[in-house]
Amino acid sequence: MHTLTVSELAAGLRARKFSSLDLTLHFLGRIERLGPELNAFVTVTADRALTDARAADEALAKGEGGPLTGVPVAHKDIFCTDGIRTTCSSKMLSSFVAPYDATVVSRWRAAGTVLLGKTNMDEFAMGSSNETSFFGPVRNPWDHKRVPGGSSGGSAAAVAACIAPAATGTDTGGSIRQPAALTNLTGIKPTYGRVSRYGMIAFASSLDQAGVLARSAEDAALLLEAMSGFDPNDSTSVDRPVPNYAAELNQPLKGLRVGIIREFFGEGLDPAVEKCVRAAIGLLQQEGAVIKDVSLPSLPLSVPTYYVVAPAECSSNLSRFDGVRFGHRCEQPKDLLDLYQRSRGEGFGAEVKRRIMTGTYVLSAGYYDAYYLQAQKCRALIASDFARAFNDVDVVLSPTAPTAAFELGAKTSDPIAMYLNDIYSIAANLAGLPGISIPCGFVNEGGKDLPVGLQLVGPHFGESRLLSVSHQYQRHTDWHKRIAPGYA
Amino acid sequence: MSLTRTQVEGIAHLARLEITEAQMPVYVESLSRIIEFVEQLAAADTAGVEPMAHPLADQVQRLRPDAVSETDQREKFQQNAPSVAAGLYLVPKVIE
Repeated sequence: MHTLTVSELAAGLRARKFSSLDLTLHFLGRIERLGPELNAFVTVTADRALTDARAADEALAKGEGGPLTGVPVAHKDIFCTDGIRTTCSSKMLSSFVAPYDATVVSRWRAAGTVLLGKTNMDEFAMGSSNETSFFGPVRNPWDHKRVPGGSSGGSAAAVAACIAPAATGTDTGGSIRQPAALTNLTGIKPTYGRVSRYGMIAFASSLDQAGVLARSAEDAALLLEAMSGFDPNDSTSVDRPVPNYAAELNQPLKGLRVGIIREFFGEGLDPAVEKCVRAAIGLLQQEGAVIKDVSLPSLPLSVPTYYVVAPAECSSNLSRFDGVRFGHRCEQPKDLLDLYQRSRGEGFGAEVKRRIMTGTYVLSAGYYDAYYLQAQKCRALIASDFARAFNDVDVVLSPTAPTAAFELGAKTSDPIAMYLNDIYSIAANLAGLPGISIPCGFVNEGGKDLPVGLQLVGPHFGESRLLSVSHQYQRHTDWHKRIAPGYA
Repeated sequence: MSLTRTQVEGIAHLARLEITEAQMPVYVESLSRIIEFVEQLAAADTAGVEPMAHPLADQVQRLRPDAVSETDQREKFQQNAPSVAAGLYLVPKVIE
């Protein structure tokens, strides 16, 4: 049952081939057996899952329910879940019980999903390897010595290991797409404003977007539709109809104009990864897509721009953790300043503190114009590069990440090396564009097959096209169907 | 530009973060490297470029009527607070 896609599970449930309770018990069993070796979950919500499953079975028995009724899912532990511990993988929130549901959580719940638990992540979503979590690193199901990517590493590992059929993620600079690439999943980050950020613990508010980690584009289409749409509780939510993504999956590849981003095939790209991506481009061309070389000259500014803008917003957002209203408080504070400094010093991990301080510095008097304002101008240059490219092409294509999964500990002592891992994914966030990563092959390292992902980025609200191109590619390939040894 | 220890102590104070003696050199080194890394932005030609204020160019911040829309959930919210009494959040004495 666990290797079935969400679409297949939903069909099986509606046809009464199995009950949601059977399915939920099966996945809870796998989480218990295989979860610990991956460290994919922070909290398993077994009781809640069984309650949800029984309710789903009742609905299904009456012929009610939607396309996701009875399907078990997991949420990244950045989404508030009413009455359930929500930690953001931080000591700061290690005993925080959310008082309400995030909109993404309530929408998936309304669609009938069953909540298996909350997945591990980089602390406050700051990381690209899931090694900054207070609850320890997550391991990649394809090779336990390697990282699953981050920050949605727990969600990625859980779905890749088939211990959850699908999971939510969030993506501020690549945190859905890069782990999807490193674990052989389909991961979509929609347009900024497409999915509500209400109840999603903020890291960098102008970049954060929620999305989906799934095992096919078809599943991603179903799941994205169920979480998208206008929400008055998020002031940046866009009031615009949500397409029926699943119904639009069969747009033909013939005539599709694909721009190959020249700047993303240069130095730093592993030749073995490039080979997989080039082969995928060849397939698209063979199926009638028109391949064009495009240049986006400002893209090399993406990583430094991001490491000004994101820490600045993080520094501001994380000032709410003051040891007073919620979260960790130090023992025996001698005065209010001591309470703030020690509560925050103890509650945040090293990378979070580093980003808060970077942000504090670039926003401080005398430096604001040189760093923050200049970065926002560079951001405008990057966005206009994309806008120009989309005059000539429908989507742009690149690798998702420069290498396959790296080993645990390989980049933890060098923040810049870690940041450069998101070199191809960050630009889409800066421009607010939708992006998807899909499996496109494997490289062999140390005797292990490691997945490779390719990234498609489209114009604002172009999710439907990204999903249909991905689905058509997946009709001609079976990379996405491969499951890590030991987890099939 | 390399940051000095004094500067990093100043930043940590502004950010209300206690940094231990042992960790301070690590932050001086890594923050210096990050600032050096982002300094390459200075070379970008941004003359006449408007700084981006919102990822979607035509999007305006919505306003809502100034009316009560939430119910009082103080008790529920205060269950997460480290220290409360009589509905108030407790902090160390601020005024002598």
